[in-house]
Amino acid sequence: MMRYLPHGPEDRRAMLEALGLERPEDLLATIPEALRLRSALDLPPALSEAELQEHLSALAMRNASTGCYRSFLGAGAYDHFVPSAVDHLISRTEFYSSYTPYQPEISQGTLQTIFEFQSMICMLTELDVANASLYDGATATVEALLMAQRAHGRDRVAMAATLHPEYLETARTYFRNLGLAIDVVPHAADGRVDEKALAAAVGSRTAGVAVQSPNVFGVIERLDRVAEAAHGAGAAAVAVVAEPYSLGILRGPGGLGCDVCVGEAQGFGNPLSFGGPYLGFMAAREKYVRQMPGRIVGETTDAEGRRGFVLTLSTREQHIRRAKATSNICTNQGLCMTAATIHLSLLGREGLREVARANAAKASYAISRLTSVRGVRRAFSGPVFNEFALELPGPASDALEALRARGILGGVGLARWFPEAERRILVAVTERTRREDVDAYAAALEEVLR
Amino acid sequence: MTGAAGGPEARARRIRDRLGLVFEESRPGRRGVDPIPLDVPPAPPEAEPEILRERVEGLPELSEPEVVRHFTRLSRLNYSIDRGLYPLGSCTMKYNPKVHEWAARLPGFARVHPYSPDALAQGCLDLLAGLESLLATITGMDAVTLQPAAGAHGELTGILLIRACLEARGDARKVILVPDSAHGTNPATASFSGYAVEEIPSDARGCVDLDALRRRAAVGDVAAMMATNPNTLGVFEEDIAEVARVLHENGAMLYMDGANMNAMIGITRPGDAGVDVMHLNLHKTFSTPHGGGGPGAGAVAVKRHLEPFLPVPRVSGAPGARRLGYDRPQAIGRVRSFYGNFGMLVRAYAYIRSLGAEGLRESGLTAILNANYVRRRLEGVLHLPYSSPSYHEVVFSDRDLEAQTGIKTLDLAKRLMDYGFHPPTVYFPLIVHGALMIEPTETESREELDAFVEAVRAIVEEARTDPDLVRSAPHTTPVRRLDETGAARKPKLRFRP
Repeated sequence: MMRYLPHGPEDRRAMLEALGLERPEDLLATIPEALRLRSALDLPPALSEAELQEHLSALAMRNASTGCYRSFLGAGAYDHFVPSAVDHLISRTEFYSSYTPYQPEISQGTLQTIFEFQSMICMLTELDVANASLYDGATATVEALLMAQRAHGRDRVAMAATLHPEYLETARTYFRNLGLAIDVVPHAADGRVDEKALAAAVGSRTAGVAVQSPNVFGVIERLDRVAEAAHGAGAAAVAVVAEPYSLGILRGPGGLGCDVCVGEAQGFGNPLSFGGPYLGFMAAREKYVRQMPGRIVGETTDAEGRRGFVLTLSTREQHIRRAKATSNICTNQGLCMTAATIHLSLLGREGLREVARANAAKASYAISRLTSVRGVRRAFSGPVFNEFALELPGPASDALEALRARGILGGVGLARWFPEAERRILVAVTERTRREDVDAYAAALEEVLR
Repeated sequence: MTGAAGGPEARARRIRDRLGLVFEESRPGRRGVDPIPLDVPPAPPEAEPEILRERVEGLPELSEPEVVRHFTRLSRLNYSIDRGLYPLGSCTMKYNPKVHEWAARLPGFARVHPYSPDALAQGCLDLLAGLESLLATITGMDAVTLQPAAGAHGELTGILLIRACLEARGDARKVILVPDSAHGTNPATASFSGYAVEEIPSDARGCVDLDALRRRAAVGDVAAMMATNPNTLGVFEEDIAEVARVLHENGAMLYMDGANMNAMIGITRPGDAGVDVMHLNLHKTFSTPHGGGGPGAGAVAVKRHLEPFLPVPRVSGAPGARRLGYDRPQAIGRVRSFYGNFGMLVRAYAYIRSLGAEGLRESGLTAILNANYVRRRLEGVLHLPYSSPSYHEVVFSDRDLEAQTGIKTLDLAKRLMDYGFHPPTVYFPLIVHGALMIEPTETESREELDAFVEAVRAIVEEARTDPDLVRSAPHTTPVRRLDETGAARKPKLRFRP
């Protein structure tokens, strides 16, 4: 397989000659004999580009894309429409084949894009500062609470039971070894966090309180009250947003009193792609900036007074601070961040508003159609954005399977995470969901439950 | 070389001068997407009015052509691998095959929801299982998880695996050892996993000092050592098997940072040297694009004794009946949402299938050849602090250059931009004075390497004849040297209207 390797035989010969060697293998002298492979690796034979395309097309055809099913799947990954210009622009080699902007003089494209992204995240969240991205919503939630621990020096965090369950599981994995205990706060009958339980869980040892809105049931939380409860105990209020389009309708968490907002911004510019790569984000009040994890870009000037951008406040980071860094993160989600910045630039002030309102309208229509099916009701009375939990008259897994046979991915069965919720499903719509999709779903559900 | 008026760099600078922030280019009433025709009745938001807003203030208002032009102009301010040599040491900036971009965008990959029923995602699951098996073969390890989002995330996963395994044996221990040449992520990862970190010095060869390791490991509180091989000096750790033996004998494990795995494939396997767990940076060795700083992918490979602890979920089952399994009582839990940076995994899989065993080995050998060719041609021009044979990269020092001319690594790096090259990694590893860490990779032609060498030679000459020219470089880039101290002192981190 030579197409990616420029040297011809003459180049090799000349280069080896310059080194005074006969064969490239002569360069391996310090690898002990016992460690050298005696035979070729047992890998499948190399494929030509044509064969590779055939093979990958065949693999891809064995998956159901959201284009061939009527999909109502959400739960932290949303099938929003992305204009073609986004993918066109991130396909420019200057964006996708460059690396972390270590040399700012020849990386202003990436640096200014990050600065614009940080600014947009601040606008969306109504907070002061944002970083250049984190891996995903789950690890961003973890990093936010660790930041609260550093800033407040306490050893417990309160986390709503209605956070995305995978975010909670990730937090358990990380915190176990870091002396940070989790108090899980249950939800009330309306699907919102139980305010009494929250008040009881938050105390003088609580560094931060994390509540997701809309939460895993799609229910919009009262982040203003959550912030009050957290501040009453001197803890940081951390808002988690897994569906960033909700911020086109809801106040930014900062405007509601929260100190930190983290989450998943996949829906801005990034495809579902079977769960990744996605886009974790973090914004916070100014006072947290020196405790933040990850890359941060700042504005400055060059030797001739021209505006420019650089990676800054890097004394927080692993390559300087090593064992005492605010996080071990190095590479983040650069290209996903670029896609989000471009998509948000296209949506703009009016576009985001309209898409968010379209999502809410579609949800409202879907709720009214699906709950008019006999025996189906909303599981929670709390307000929602574009995702909602339904209670079916029988086991959800049977219904979902029967729907699938009718070309409908009807939602995520909540028993996946909540064993007691075996009759409940989580249904998501986006601006892509058509009225006929919802009507077909309602008709099929009627049949399936008959 | 100082900015000829008509040169491409000067043009780039003029573009830069005209380029505002996207917010500054915004004009009221312009739009980049059309209104959505609503096919359902409009409905007011459900939530209470006091937590609603009308719109997000500050977002820009631009048409699609303006947005496209803004980001196209921005892109032109970046250096990229398709433009020329990008010799960032330890970053493995190799060519990114175009067919990978095509593959990851197939609707059957890009538009598959992570909670699709397993039966409707058999192609995705097959690809994951296939890639795990390819990477196990390449590394000589027994099992692989593809979940970690990047190298540092892989490190964390690996150290948590070690901790879980040691805890199951009854003692998690307290200390992680790292060589003094380690990447910053290694010590940061160790403390992020609740361990104390201690450094082991390098010896005169640039390898782990075995005596120091023996003494420290014998204390009995060491959980693991994290070692990079070849290490950050580009030197193969000749005693790697002995390092592993010493650690195992003392109840500890060997973690291998696979950042520099590019040169080793098909030549030697970490698993055969006694490594217990390692990560691979798929965005380095397996050519998934670096994306301006991610997304990466950090597969973790383990030996049999660590397999029960791998994070959930795991792909299991035969082709056609693959499933995601969660019932793993000893697992460390989840390390992220969903299953990994799948789009990157598609690209890495495509790369391995394109090259095959022979192509991978050939790539590694060529990477080593290229690094050594650059080394030979620059020996005597720059100081070479370690004379041990180089593998995928070579590390020079500015010691002599600075003593003779006052020109430092930073100046040389900046001046390289005027010659049209991205500089190498600078000031790392920390054990080398003014380090210049050069990793050309295998996808560079002899002409490109020669041109780079000539540029370095010319700059060293300039350092003697016209040091101010070098000290004030770069002269031809879209911006000149930037005030990084000022940026940190008075941080301006966002646009405000």
